Formats: sequence, structure tokens, C-alpha cells
Amino acid sequence: MSRIVVVTSGKGGVGKTTSTANLGMALARLGRKVVLVDADFGLRNLDLLLGLESRVVYTSLDVLNRECKLDQALVKDKRQPNLSLLAAPQTRNKTAITAVAMTKLVEVLSHHFHYVLVDSPAGIETGFQNAIAGAKEAIIVTTPEISAVRDADRVIGLLESHRIRDIKLIVNRLRPAMVKSNDMMSVEDVLEILSVKLLGVIPDDEQVIVSTNRGEPLVLAEKPSLAGRAYQNIAGRLEGQDIPFLDLDEANRSFLARLWKTLTAKR
Amino acid sequence: MTNAIADLLERLFGGKLESRDRVKQRLKFILAHDRVALTPQLVAQMRQDILAAIAKYVEIDEEAVEFGLESDRRSTVVIANLPIRGLRHFDPNVSQLELTLSEPEPKAETSEPIP
Ligand SMILES: Nc1ncnc2c1ncn2[C@@H]1O[C@H](COP(=O)(O)OP(=O)(O)OP(=O)(O)O)[C@@H](O)[C@H]1O
Ligand SMILES: [Mg+2]
Repeated sequence: MSRIVVVTSGKGGVGKTTSTANLGMALARLGRKVVLVDADFGLRNLDLLLGLESRVVYTSLDVLNRECKLDQALVKDKRQPNLSLLAAPQTRNKTAITAVAMTKLVEVLSHHFHYVLVDSPAGIETGFQNAIAGAKEAIIVTTPEISAVRDADRVIGLLESHRIRDIKLIVNRLRPAMVKSNDMMSVEDVLEILSVKLLGVIPDDEQVIVSTNRGEPLVLAEKPSLAGRAYQNIAGRLEGQDIPFLDLDEANRSFLARLWKTLTAKR
Repeated sequence: MTNAIADLLERLFGGKLESRDRVKQRLKFILAHDRVALTPQLVAQMRQDILAAIAKYVEIDEEAVEFGLESDRRSTVVIANLPIRGLRHFDPNVSQLELTLSEPEPKAETSEPIP
């Protein structure tokens, strides 16, 4: 049983590529065979986040134009052999690929992998339409910001009209302190508005930038940061495991606050 | 100076309680319009028509009218808050209404679910 999952958002820069890279790696570490498809044509980034950019020779466009075989275009991760990448071409020609071709491509891939994760471009235009074309389920990434949630709602509507009904949500870049001071919507607020199933919450974490710079997904760290652990948990949930949500607030609490709590706790 | 004190008080007493709710309210309002996919012109026209219908019976305080769509979960409703300023005594057709509405009745609220 293989799964074709598109990671999408509507709004740009909310963490689709970061989520695709980390979930792909985390699922591969759980023993699943995973292929990541970069559907962000012209603005490819997934190879960079995975540190595989120097090994990309062919792209999905070469496969579709029959300039290479599918397995020639797949870049296998040397750190984690269960993980492969199909890179996007750097061409800006948006009509270079059609939804029909994309559907065929992910279909073929699904015969060889447990998971086909498609990293969608921002927006709701052709690139997005192609990215969702062959998908059977979707992960929506949003931040707790009004504009990101609005776009997520729009995308959920579009997915539903494409008969993709299995839609789960990742709330990214949450800042518990801001939620506490009522300056940021809480996860519950976002869920109330979007009413889709919550897959996980990723805190705002500077380690994300460090990991991007290194080309090493967070989940590869020996002691993963909070965001890395959150991604591991999401991978587990995708696998059907019942994993409680991390208490991001607890972990973010300052040393003094924890000390205070310890001192004032009833013995 | 006073702002700083207000800020401090707000922080001490769990303050700015509404700011998160306000964002949520704004979002619900925006999403309702996104979801029904009515153009702003059509919404304005609907508002105009509803106001005209109500104005046959009572005088509405046009300045204070709140009108829009709102979404909660997956259902969308039309919200109209139309404060009544006074009654149209000159219209003989609504003399009956005069009786029922002569009590101080500041607001008329209608909530119509859209399928
Ligand atoms: N949890 C996080 N904490 C801190 N920074 C983050 C987090 N998630 C993402 N970022 C940063 O936000 C930026 C955008 O992330 P990313 O490229 O994953 O988004 P995207 O949705 O794929 O963007 P695009 O729409 O351009 O494809 C990056 O600089 C990334 O490092
Ligand atoms: Mg991206």
C-alpha cells in the first residue's frame, strides 16, 4: 500500500519544503521507502535542504521528455538509502509539464515506494494544480497568521473540489509565548477556523535555518531540537501511531520559570 | 505614560484578551466571503436590497449598520445588525408594526444560514 501525499499551503514561505524534507527523512528512518518529488519548477529548493544539490543530474522534466530513465533521475540519499529525490527542473517554463504527465509520474513512482511526497509550489496556479494532480491525500502547512490561514482555507476548498478529502494540517512556526500574550492565534483557533485534522505543530526554531544551511534535515541530528522531534512525531502519526502532541510551551519555558515552578510545587 | 501604565495593567491582569479573538473574528469574516465566492459588488447589492426591505417598515441608523457574512467551521451565515432609529409614522401600511415596535428595541438581528 503506497501513499501519494502532496505538501501544500497556498501562501509562500510557510514551510512546505522544510516539512517535506524532514518528514521524508523521518519516514525513511522508520524503515519506509520514500521518494520526494520537487514540484516547484523553476524555484527548486528541496535538493538544497537535503544537501543533495551536487548530485542532481536529471530532473522530472528529463524523465517526462524521455531523455533519461526514471531510476537515473532518482538521487538516492547516501545517509539514508530509503530516501530518494526527484528534482525539479530549473526552467521557468510553466507549461513544461502537464497535470496528466504529473499524475502518471507519481503513479509510476508509487509502485516502487511506500510514500511519494510532493513538495508543491506556493499559489494556486498551474504549478500547484500539477503538484496536486496525482495526490491521494494532502498535508496543508500554515503558520498562525491571518494571511496564511486564509490561503490554507482556499487551498482546502480547491483540494476538496479535486476530490482529495484526506487533508491534514501542520501548524508551523508557533510561538507559545506570543499565544500566551494573545498576540498570536493558538493552534485551537486555527483548527476552529479550518476544521481539518491536526497532524502536528512545529515551533518556531532557529535550528531550522541552521539545518537548511547545512543541508541536513533536523531529524538527522543526534539530539534533535524541538522542531526536529515534532517532525519525528508527525512521521509516526502518518504511520498510524498514536503519539501525543509535544508540550511546546513547557519546553520553551525559561530556566527561571521552571525553577520557580519546582520551588513552589507542593511536596 | 498612560499607555505604558495601561500596557502594564493589561499584562498583569491577563490583558489584551480580545486581540486574539479579534484576529479570529476578522478571519471568519474574510473566509466567509472567500467561501461563498460572491463578488464584493454582489454583497453590496444584497446589503442594499436588505436595507431597502427593512426601511419600508422602520428607519434604520445607516451609520451603525453592520452587515456581512461570517463563517464558523464549515457553515456560513449572513449577519446583519441593523439598529432602528425610529418608526416611519407617515406610512399607513405599517401602523400595525408601530404597536409591536414601539417598545425600545435597539437592534434587529437576522441570521440566515446559507446552504
Ligand atoms: N519552524 C520554523 N522555524 C524557523 N524558521 C522556519 C521554520 N519553518 C520554516 N522556516 C524558514 O522559513 C523559510 C521558508 O521555509 P520553506 O522554504 O520551507 O517554505 P516554503 O513553504 O517551501 O516556501 P516556498 O513557498 O517559497 O516554496 C525558510 O527560510 C525556513 O528556514
Ligand atoms: Mg518550497
